[in-house]
Amino acid sequence: MPGITREEVAHLARLARLELKPEELDHFAGQLDDIIGAVARVSEVADQDVPPTSHPLPLTNVMRPDEVRPSLTPEQALSGAPAQEQQRFKVPQILGEE
Amino acid sequence: MTTTTDLVSYEDAIAAYDPVMGLEVHVELGTKTKMFCGCSTALGAEPNTQTCPVCLGLPGALPVVNAAGVEYAVKIGLALNCEIAEWCRFARKNYFYPDMPKNFQTSQYDEPIAFNGYLDVQLEDGETFRVEIERAHMEEDTGKSTHVGGATGRIHGASHSLLDYNRAGIPLIEIVTKPITGAGERAPEVAKAYVRELRELIRALGVSEARMEMGQMRCDVNLSLMPKGADTFGTRSETKNVNSLRSVERACRYEIQRHAAVLSGGGTVVQETRHFHEDTGTTTSGRVKEEAEDYRYFPEPDLVPVAPPREWVEELRAGLPELPLVRRNRLREEWGLSATDMQAILNAGALDPIVATIEAGADPASARKWWMGELARHANESGKALDELAITPAQVARVTELVAKGDLNDKLARQVIEGVLAGEGTPDEVVEKRGLKVVSDEGALTAAVDEAIAGNPAIADKVRGGKVAAAGALVGAVMKATRGQADAARVKELILEKLGVSEG
Amino acid sequence: MTDIIKLTAAEVAAKIASGELTAVEVTEAHLARIEAVDEKVHAFLHIDREGALAQARAVDEKRERGEQLGPLAGVPLALKDIFTTEGVPTTVGSKILEGWIPPYDATLTKRLKAADVVILGKTNMDEFAMGSSTENSAYGPTGNPWDLTRVPGGSGGGSSAALAAYMAPLAIGTDTGGSIRQPAAVTGTVGVKPTYGAVSRYGMVAFSSSLDQGGPCARTVLDAALLHEVIAGHDPMDSTSIDEPVPPVVEAARNGSVQGMRVGVVKQFRGEGYQAGVVQRFDESVELLKELGAEIVELDCPSFDLALSAYYLIAPSECSSNLARFDGLRYGLRTGDDGTRSAEEVTSLTREAGFGPEVKRRIMLGTYALSSGYYDAYYGSAQKVRTLIKRDFDTAFEQVDVIVSPTTPTTAFPIGERADDPMAMYLADLCTIPTNLAGNAAMSLPCGLAPEDNLPVGLQIIAPVMKDDRLYKVGAAVEAAFVEKWGHPLLEEAPSL
Ligand SMILES: [Mg+2]
Ligand SMILES: [Zn+2]
Repeated sequence: MPGITREEVAHLARLARLELKPEELDHFAGQLDDIIGAVARVSEVADQDVPPTSHPLPLTNVMRPDEVRPSLTPEQALSGAPAQEQQRFKVPQILGEE
Repeated sequence: MTTTTDLVSYEDAIAAYDPVMGLEVHVELGTKTKMFCGCSTALGAEPNTQTCPVCLGLPGALPVVNAAGVEYAVKIGLALNCEIAEWCRFARKNYFYPDMPKNFQTSQYDEPIAFNGYLDVQLEDGETFRVEIERAHMEEDTGKSTHVGGATGRIHGASHSLLDYNRAGIPLIEIVTKPITGAGERAPEVAKAYVRELRELIRALGVSEARMEMGQMRCDVNLSLMPKGADTFGTRSETKNVNSLRSVERACRYEIQRHAAVLSGGGTVVQETRHFHEDTGTTTSGRVKEEAEDYRYFPEPDLVPVAPPREWVEELRAGLPELPLVRRNRLREEWGLSATDMQAILNAGALDPIVATIEAGADPASARKWWMGELARHANESGKALDELAITPAQVARVTELVAKGDLNDKLARQVIEGVLAGEGTPDEVVEKRGLKVVSDEGALTAAVDEAIAGNPAIADKVRGGKVAAAGALVGAVMKATRGQADAARVKELILEKLGVSEG
Repeated sequence: MTDIIKLTAAEVAAKIASGELTAVEVTEAHLARIEAVDEKVHAFLHIDREGALAQARAVDEKRERGEQLGPLAGVPLALKDIFTTEGVPTTVGSKILEGWIPPYDATLTKRLKAADVVILGKTNMDEFAMGSSTENSAYGPTGNPWDLTRVPGGSGGGSSAALAAYMAPLAIGTDTGGSIRQPAAVTGTVGVKPTYGAVSRYGMVAFSSSLDQGGPCARTVLDAALLHEVIAGHDPMDSTSIDEPVPPVVEAARNGSVQGMRVGVVKQFRGEGYQAGVVQRFDESVELLKELGAEIVELDCPSFDLALSAYYLIAPSECSSNLARFDGLRYGLRTGDDGTRSAEEVTSLTREAGFGPEVKRRIMLGTYALSSGYYDAYYGSAQKVRTLIKRDFDTAFEQVDVIVSPTTPTTAFPIGERADDPMAMYLADLCTIPTNLAGNAAMSLPCGLAPEDNLPVGLQIIAPVMKDDRLYKVGAAVEAAFVEKWGHPLLEEAPSL
C-alpha cells in the first residue's frame, strides 16, 4: 500500500506546518515509507469485527460543576508571549478568512 | 475580485430552479464557565483576564467537560425533537489558526450528542414549515483577533494582529439542518423564520441569550440550486457568519440569484465559502485554498465518552418549558387574535413584553394596544428593541390600571408613558410631578361644561335639536379648557344631560 | 558526604525525621554530587539550587516546630523536564520551549511539594519524550553512569542516570511506550509505570495522551513505592484520572513475596533480536521465582506481535495533534518574524527550527495516519489492535497474577549507534509497549549484568489494571533474593564516576 512520494511528504508538511528543507523532504519520504511499510500490518485486523479502543480505561461521564475558578492574571497569561501589545498576544499578519 | 457578479432576477431564478438550503447555526451557551475549564464567560472583561492554562493551550494542560454544557446541549436536542446519543465522544478537529490556542478545536464529529430531529417554523402568513435537523453537537469557541495596521481594521492589509483569548473555550452548540427542500420561492423566508424560531427556542430553554448582534448566535448558509423538477442537488456555496435575521434572508436571496446567473449562463458553481456584506447585501468569494482542508478528526483522548443516562434525559425532557410555537398558538387563541395580528406582535418583538404586562395585571387588549402602538412607535423612533425601552411591563400594567380606574385617559396615559421613558420616574411619580390626573371634581367639570355651552350657543342648539354628534365640539372645548385632564366620556355625559338629550 | 548520597530515600527520610540529618545537609550533599559528576553525565537540564534549599529549610523548620513530617519529607528528587514547574524552566528537551517558564505547577509537582519532597532540578529527556536513548534531546545526550559512551535509555534517561550516579535517590519519569522502564533496565535502577490514570497527567506535557503515564523511579522497590504513594491518586483536573483509592503499594513493598503466586511467561516476549545475556538473566529470574515459591505458567498472547506497529501509529497520531499548539504565537520559540511574513509562515518556520528530526518524523507520520483515506487502515486498525491486546491481557490474567519478561531486548547501546535507524531504535520498546496500549501497570527492576558486556539487565513485571501493588509485592521479593545472592545491590558494581 505505501510508496510515499516527495509530493505527499510536502503536503503532509504543509498540513503539519513544518517548513521542511528540500533534503528533509527526500529523507522523510524514504523513512516514512519504511516505517509505514513496517507498521502497515495492523491493517490485517481492519476487517475484523472488533470495537476500536480509543481510551485505555472504560470511564464515562467525567465532568465538573459549572463553577468559576480563578483564572491566570493577564501578566501570567502573557508571560511567555514572544510579543504582546495592549494586553494581547501580538502575532504576525493572519492570512485567512475574513 | 473586482468583476461584478451577474445576477438574474429573483422571479426568474425561482421560475427555473429549486433552491436547496442547509443551515448551520452556532450558539454560545450561557454557562457560567467555559466548556473545558473554570474560566468565567462573562462578557466585557479586559483582554486575557479570563484565561488559564487550559483555554490558553499551555503545554501540559488538560480539559474537563462542563456538566452544564452537556445538560444544555441535551435540552436543546430534546427541544429540537432529536434523539439523544446513548454514548458519544468528543473529537479533535485539527487545523492551525491563531485564534485557536491548541490548533485543534475540541468538537464532536461522527458522534453528536443529539441527532435526527425537526423544528416547525411559522412563516409570515401563519403557515408552518418543518425543518429537519441533522444533528446538534458540542464544541468550543475561538479567541478574538483584532487586526492592526490595515485601513479598516480588516484582515487584509493588516500588519499584525492582536489576540484576546477570553472567548476561547466558551461552549458552543452547532445545530445543522438536513437539506431543506421544497421551500421554493419562500426559501429565504424559511431560512429567516428557522433562525428566528431557533433563537426563540434557545431563549425559552434559558440556555443562552442568543443575541445575534453580540455574536452569541451565528449562522452559516449553505445554498445550491437544482433545475426545477430535478432531484440531484447542485454544487453549494457556504456563506459564513451571517449575523442577523434580515441578513439570513438577504444572503439566501442573493445566492439564489447569483447561482441562477451562473447556471443559466452555462457555468458551474464553485464550491467555496463566501462572505456576506451587510452594507451591500451581497456575498463575495472567500480565500480559495490550494488544497482541500483535511481536519484529521480523531476521538479526543483527553476526554472520556459522554453517556447521558436515560433517566436523566427523561427528567430533562419532562422539565422542558412550553416551546415557543406551542406557546404562541396558545396565546393567540387565548387573546382571540388572527394569525396576522399575532405575526405582527412577533415581528415587533412584543410577545414577551405583552405577556409580562398581562402577568403584571393588565388585560390582554390593553397590554397589546400599548406595546404595539405607543411603545412600538417609540422603539422605532429610537432604534431600540421593545425590551430595551426604559419602561418595564409592570409599569405599563400600572398605566393600564390607572386608565381602567378612570384616573387617566388615553391622552394622559401617553404623556405618563413619555415621562417614564424620559426617566422621570414610575407612572405614579410622573402623574404626580406632571399633574396629569383626570379632572374628576364634578363641580369644576360642571362649571367648564356650562361655560362651553354658554360660549357655543349655536352648537348647543343643534344638539338640543337631536344632532348628538355635534356634542363632540363641546366636549373638545371642555377638554381644551381643562388641558386634557378631563374624562372625555364623563364630559359628554354631562353635556348631554345639561342639554336634555340622551344617546342612542 | 558520600554516605548520604548512597542512602535510600526511606533511609534519608528516617534520618531527617530522627534529626540525625537535616534536609539542608541532604540537599547540599546531592547538589555537591551533581556539581561533581553531572558535567560528565549530563542528567540535568536545569538545577534549581535556590528552590531546593528553600524547600529543605522549610522541612527542617517544620521539624523544629515539631510538626509531623511526611514519609518522604526532605528527600531530594530529580524531576523529568516534562512536568510544569511554576517559575522554573520547563523545556521537554526541546528547543521550541527553550526558556519557557510555566505560570503553573503540574498536579504531580504540587503533590511532591505538598509532601515536602525536595526538587533538585529538571532532568534531560528525549525531545517530547520521543525516543529510547535521550539522544533526541535538543540539549545534548546523557551518558549512562555504567559506561558514559552508552545511552541511559529514554526518554527518561536523565532521571535514570541521576539515580544511577547517586545525584538523587528519587526521580520522576513518564512512560508512553517504555520511557520509565527501559531507562531503569539499562541503568540498573527501578522504574514503575503505574496503571493509566493512576497518576495525574495535568501539567505533564503531552506526547500521546492515551498512553502517557507518569511514575516513580528509584534505586529500590520500597523507595519507588513510597514515591508512588505520594504522586498517585485522583485529580479532578485530569478527566482520565481514576477516582479510586491508590492500591496499597508501600505495604506490598514491605511484604515482598511470590509464594503461591502464578507468574506468566509470554511466548511472544522472546526470539529474534534478544541479546543472549539478557535472555540468560531473564531465564535465571524465572528460576528464582520458582525457587521463591511461584508457579510459572506459559502464555500465548498472539496480538502482542502487532503491538509495536499499533503503537507507532497511535502515538505519532496523537502527538501530531498534541504538538500543534507549539506555533510560536503564545509562548516558546518564534522564528522568522521579520514584519513581512504571515503568521502561517512564521509558525512553519518556528516549528521547522524548533523541533528535532525524531519529533518531525513522528508528526509527519501521525499526520499521515490520520489523514482522510488512511484513517481506517492505520489509526482505526491500530485502535482495534489495542482491543485485541487488552483481550490477550484479560485472558492472561485469568490464568496468572503477574507476567514477567525482559524489560528491553538488549543492554544499553552505544550513543550514536541507532541514531539514523528509527526502526532499530523502536525495537527497544518491544516488551514495554503492550502495557501502554492496554493501560495496565508494570515495573522494571535489575536482575543482573549481561555476561557479554557487564551491563545491567532489567526484569519486567506486569500486573492488571489497578493491581499496581502486585508489582511491588513481587518486585520486593525478587529484589531481596537478588541482593542476598549478589551480596549487595547491583548498582554497587557500577564504576565510580
Ligand atoms: Mg463547528
Ligand atoms: Zn480557562
